[in-house]
Amino acid sequence: MFRWMLGGREAQSSAEKNPVLCIGEDQPKNCFTELQVLKGHFDIVRFLVQIDDFRCASAGDDGLVLVWNIETGERLQELRGHSQQITAITSFTCNNGLTSHTGLITASSDRSLSLWDPDTGNRVQTISDLQSSVKCLLVLERLCVWLSGGEELCVWNKDFQLHCHRQNHSDTGITALIELPKNCIAAAMDKEIVIYRLTVSTDSSVSVAEIRCLSNHQDQIRALIGVNDGLFASGSHAGELILWDAIDWNILAYEHILWEESHASAQAEIRLAAPKPSEMSIQHLSTNGKLILAAVGSGLYVYSVQTRTVVAYRKVAHDSNVLHTMLLSDSELMSCSEDGSVRMWEIQDLPLPAEPASPGFFGLWTFGRSNKQTGPPSKKIVDVPNSRTLELTGDLIGHSGAVQMFVSFKENGLVTCSTDHLLILWKNGERQSNLRSLALFQKLEENGGL
Amino acid sequence: MIGSPDLVAFTKEDEYSQTNPDPWALPEEFSVPLHPLADSNPWAKTSYAKFTKDFILISEFSEQVGPQPLLTIPNDPKVCGTFDLNYFSLRIMSVDYQASFVGHPPGSGYPRLSFVEDSRVVLGDSKEGAFAYVHHLTLYDLEARGFVRPFCMAYVSADERKIMLQFQELSLRFSQASECLKAGNRRAFAKELQRKLRDLEYTHSVLQREEGLQREAGPQCMYSAHAVEKANELANVEKSIYEHRDLLRQISSYHHRPRRDPHAVTCQKCMSECLSECEELLDKYAKLASPFSHINTEEGQGKVDNGGEEEVEEEDDEAVKRRPSYTPQLIKAKSAKCFDKRLKNLQELCDETFYEATVDLLKETEKSFRGDLCYLHTRRLDRALRRKQRVTDFLFEEDLGDDEEEEGGSLRPFCAVNHAADNYTLLKPPPIVLGPEPLELDTLLPPDPLDPASETSHVLDGELGLGERHLDSSPSDQTLETQGSSEGTKGSFSSDKSGTGQAEKQQSVASLKSDPPDPDSDLTPDHNTDLERESSSEEMETTAGEDEGDDGGDQTPVSLLEVVSELEASREDECEGGTDGACEMESDLLVPIDTACCMAQEGFLYEASSREVAPHLGKSSSTQPSQTLVVNQEPQALLPIQDDYTVGSPCSERPAAGLELPVGPLGDAVSRASLEDGSDCTMSGSTGSDRAASPLGYGGVMTLRQRKKAGQGALRFVRQYPFAMPALWCLLSGRTLVVLGADEGRVRRLVAALALFVPAPGRCGERVQAWLSCAFTLTDLQRWKLIGLQRVASPVGSSMLYSLSRYSRYISILDADQKTLRCPPYRGQLLANIADHRTYIRRGSTYFLHIQSTLSRLAAKAFLFTFTHHLHLPVSSAEGPEVVEGRRRCFLQEQLGLGEEDSRVLLYLSQLITQHYLQPTGSSAAAPCFSFNYTTSVLYKI
Repeated sequence: MFRWMLGGREAQSSAEKNPVLCIGEDQPKNCFTELQVLKGHFDIVRFLVQIDDFRCASAGDDGLVLVWNIETGERLQELRGHSQQITAITSFTCNNGLTSHTGLITASSDRSLSLWDPDTGNRVQTISDLQSSVKCLLVLERLCVWLSGGEELCVWNKDFQLHCHRQNHSDTGITALIELPKNCIAAAMDKEIVIYRLTVSTDSSVSVAEIRCLSNHQDQIRALIGVNDGLFASGSHAGELILWDAIDWNILAYEHILWEESHASAQAEIRLAAPKPSEMSIQHLSTNGKLILAAVGSGLYVYSVQTRTVVAYRKVAHDSNVLHTMLLSDSELMSCSEDGSVRMWEIQDLPLPAEPASPGFFGLWTFGRSNKQTGPPSKKIVDVPNSRTLELTGDLIGHSGAVQMFVSFKENGLVTCSTDHLLILWKNGERQSNLRSLALFQKLEENGGL
Repeated sequence: MIGSPDLVAFTKEDEYSQTNPDPWALPEEFSVPLHPLADSNPWAKTSYAKFTKDFILISEFSEQVGPQPLLTIPNDPKVCGTFDLNYFSLRIMSVDYQASFVGHPPGSGYPRLSFVEDSRVVLGDSKEGAFAYVHHLTLYDLEARGFVRPFCMAYVSADERKIMLQFQELSLRFSQASECLKAGNRRAFAKELQRKLRDLEYTHSVLQREEGLQREAGPQCMYSAHAVEKANELANVEKSIYEHRDLLRQISSYHHRPRRDPHAVTCQKCMSECLSECEELLDKYAKLASPFSHINTEEGQGKVDNGGEEEVEEEDDEAVKRRPSYTPQLIKAKSAKCFDKRLKNLQELCDETFYEATVDLLKETEKSFRGDLCYLHTRRLDRALRRKQRVTDFLFEEDLGDDEEEEGGSLRPFCAVNHAADNYTLLKPPPIVLGPEPLELDTLLPPDPLDPASETSHVLDGELGLGERHLDSSPSDQTLETQGSSEGTKGSFSSDKSGTGQAEKQQSVASLKSDPPDPDSDLTPDHNTDLERESSSEEMETTAGEDEGDDGGDQTPVSLLEVVSELEASREDECEGGTDGACEMESDLLVPIDTACCMAQEGFLYEASSREVAPHLGKSSSTQPSQTLVVNQEPQALLPIQDDYTVGSPCSERPAAGLELPVGPLGDAVSRASLEDGSDCTMSGSTGSDRAASPLGYGGVMTLRQRKKAGQGALRFVRQYPFAMPALWCLLSGRTLVVLGADEGRVRRLVAALALFVPAPGRCGERVQAWLSCAFTLTDLQRWKLIGLQRVASPVGSSMLYSLSRYSRYISILDADQKTLRCPPYRGQLLANIADHRTYIRRGSTYFLHIQSTLSRLAAKAFLFTFTHHLHLPVSSAEGPEVVEGRRRCFLQEQLGLGEEDSRVLLYLSQLITQHYLQPTGSSAAAPCFSFNYTTSVLYKI
């Protein structure tokens, strides 16, 4: 497309080499026709947290937490206090009677934890000089406690008082925490998932006991999510996706996602001969209770919980690793990647079963090639009619670095954060234009005419 | 933009006799006469002028050589051509009506500085084909006779009407320049006095020593001739010291004096600085007064020399030379001829900085008055109209410039040393002087600093006696009269500042109301007919018989007209009739001048209209107060004049006289009401809007030239590139256009040409980046709507090209080297008008106006679209957003006839208007929005 400009030099855009993914500039289904660039960070922005319907907090390697108004794009607060990068952030809602107040808990590499009030920008609570930096946070609103995971697991109450803590044996520490039914939590530690149970004693002190250790993953666990009340899922660096029963912690399904060696010659030239581990690493899992969306390398993989089958997949959904995904509805999903783009997909029925190059094959080769495969039962999905496909409906290009994360505010827009220190607020231009017209006539009325 | 031909051609509405005015008619101040009078040859006046274009002449009435030209601006001999500057200097200096009192009376103790206000006169010399606005001012010089040096600045033009119609602004500008010169002059004068005082002190001490030595040496009881001479000398020096100290006090009291001139606004900071300087000096030399312990013994002898005081002064002056260091010098009582000394030139008289600033100011004035009257007039109309179009004028109009200054009134002081604007104060009208203060015959005291200049002169008059007074007041009159009677072709027009201003207004309104078929009359400088008739009828009873000289001059139709300046008038009045002097002053202001007295070839032009006007005026007197109120409500334009007028009019009924509007049978309440809300409605777009639009700094000339040049470039672009239309469409629809090229000059030229089409380019063109040689980011795209990008074949270039391809959906790319354009396809017809490459327009300026007119039409459509309620909001609650959307589309397509792509232009403009309206300053904390569409692009080739 740009060859005329490059003066005969080879185009470097890989999207151009992959015609399937080049949606072009005509994107009728893409409603994000307006954007605002939100500046304020000085380093990579890694985390976005939705505070309420119109506010969002961003945090990153500069140790800053910024609170944004999504409707106007204004920066509302600047939460300064951490001296090093922020490693985890979560919102913390306390319900005291009628009013619920949302705070922000941040953890930083400076081995401190802070509670912020996003309304005033005050640091309400802070704990410093922890033994190690916290890598993940989990709020159990039911018990009014929150947990921090790192090399140790700590349980705090809402006043930042430590209830109990457990040292871990693993040197990697806890990388992810999820809540399970019956006051249990699951913690991902390297290749294992450890189940803890929290017991609240009469004097409302909380104690933690390790119940079970699930070590079915062959590689480091990269993602851990609760799917619904009875299920949770985990994904490993080696591309294993395991669906667990949340009550008795049994394996319900096991998928080893291994993208095949591509036999399409055009792609073989581009791809390396052997898939690198990162190409099948499950970077991120997201779910809406019915579907699980896995970001596998630079591809996407949609798995139905009910049918235990792969619904749709796309091996090369992005030019680079997918970092964050989201299911917008049962048929729409969104992903962002290191290549700096956000892509919107639609799960569509294939018009014809004759897919030109049906590349996706799982399990089948897995057993043949990886002999180390052991115990866990694997489900063959070869025979599953892969009747649906992921179609690209639009992409958002704006960031000049990897898009780390995004948060959707439904019709109010979408916020993306990136390594280029920027946040971009994507909006529906038409809607915004209508809103502005409304504001204009309001102001006109207030002013009593021009 | 308003000045573009197709907008102004049909704006004149002449139907004033209709009692039911057309509500759609343009306000009167925006109308332009369709054609000049049939029998007036537009070239007739300028044909015999001996200079090519207008210029500013600074002349001096030198006490040594008489009137001489000092400087012309522009300082180019070609400008003046064969025009005789010497002769013209004589002409303009001969109409100096400042109350410049020269010298000091022998009876008075100390010489006085005369504080005089500037005078403004319009003078015509039909033989030379020259007309001039002449601004007289007086500077102080210790070495000059009476310490004053009369100067004048004149704006010389071949077009009399230009001067008449621009009178107020000329007056304002020249007042600023004059104030600047005078401020510098006061400083220099104070410094000079300081030096002189030092020398005198030194001389005094030396003389005292010598005298002491003599006394000791000589016999005790008798004085030798030598000793007497020494004693006289000493006494003279002492007296001189007193005098100079008094001068210093006088000059430092300058600022306490209320100014009668509304244009004379000085920078507060400069003033206070100067004041403190003077006071410091005063303190210093007040202490040195003690050595005269023996003054009583010498008094008698000192008095003997009173008569020769001037001589002494000059002797002293002669000895004072400019010295870099302040080593006191012995002043010798050596007489010298006054023609030997070299008088200071203008630079020396004023501080260098002040002089430079004044020259700059005058240069700027000259620049801003370039062009003929029609051009100036159109430009002002344009600005006046645009000031009412704040909602949309940011889109395509160049910035109006110093709006705040204009809003604040035209009285912002000009400061030579650029003191910050915080010292900006509106001039308060000076207190009204009801009668002369009790005479201060004890002249050892300095004149009351709170007295206006007329008081000073009054005091002087009292001391002078009659003969003296006639000497200093009559020459101008005599000159005038003799000129008037002898030279029939020459005329200097009545042009008292306030009188003329009001009269013009009045006349223009009157002529508009009464004389519709004369479209030119509203632009015609009137010769005060109605005003004078009226005023004379009112004033005759009070002044009857008293003002012999003036009245006589006025009643006899002479071809030379003059309104004596306020000061002159007041001075005469005060000595002739003490009680109603102030009234007299007014009557002199309004000296009746007959139309017949106008220049011969001009007279017939105005007779008809003025005759008709006169009856209406008589009827209007009952409505005077209300009319005055009406005029009072006009925000900025008339206030200076108003002040001016009320300042000089202590009698209660007088203020209305000059301001009244004729309410004839033709004027009706409706039109009056419509007049009220307009800012400047009493003027038919001539003087009033001129004054309203009088800016301090017209940057317009330069930028206009630049824009015309850009127009040339745009025309070339349109003719050269067949895909100019989609390129312009991209710019107008808000899609960033990147001009890619290897040659910086070419890219910059293209960008400059295309920048004309960037909507809302910002005050300084912030939305345009003329030359960029690195990769750009999304933020840049958001900020810039037009980017010139360097094509480089290097790693930098590849990253740049990568960004080009990455953001290709947001941009259009115009390749200046390969002559291609990549942008969404455009099929509309909206821009066919301005982007026709077979256009017949050949000149850049014409094309520029063409563009401007098209763009303003677009802006008007966008305005309509933006502010039409039902296009954006549901009319009833039952309507959904789809209905509104459909209505909007219908409006764009059917009513405006715009296709899909053309609608996008309008939508973008509408969006800009909306945002600008919601956030006029753009100073929101939120980041700006960046809208775009997902559409495919095509590649246009040549």
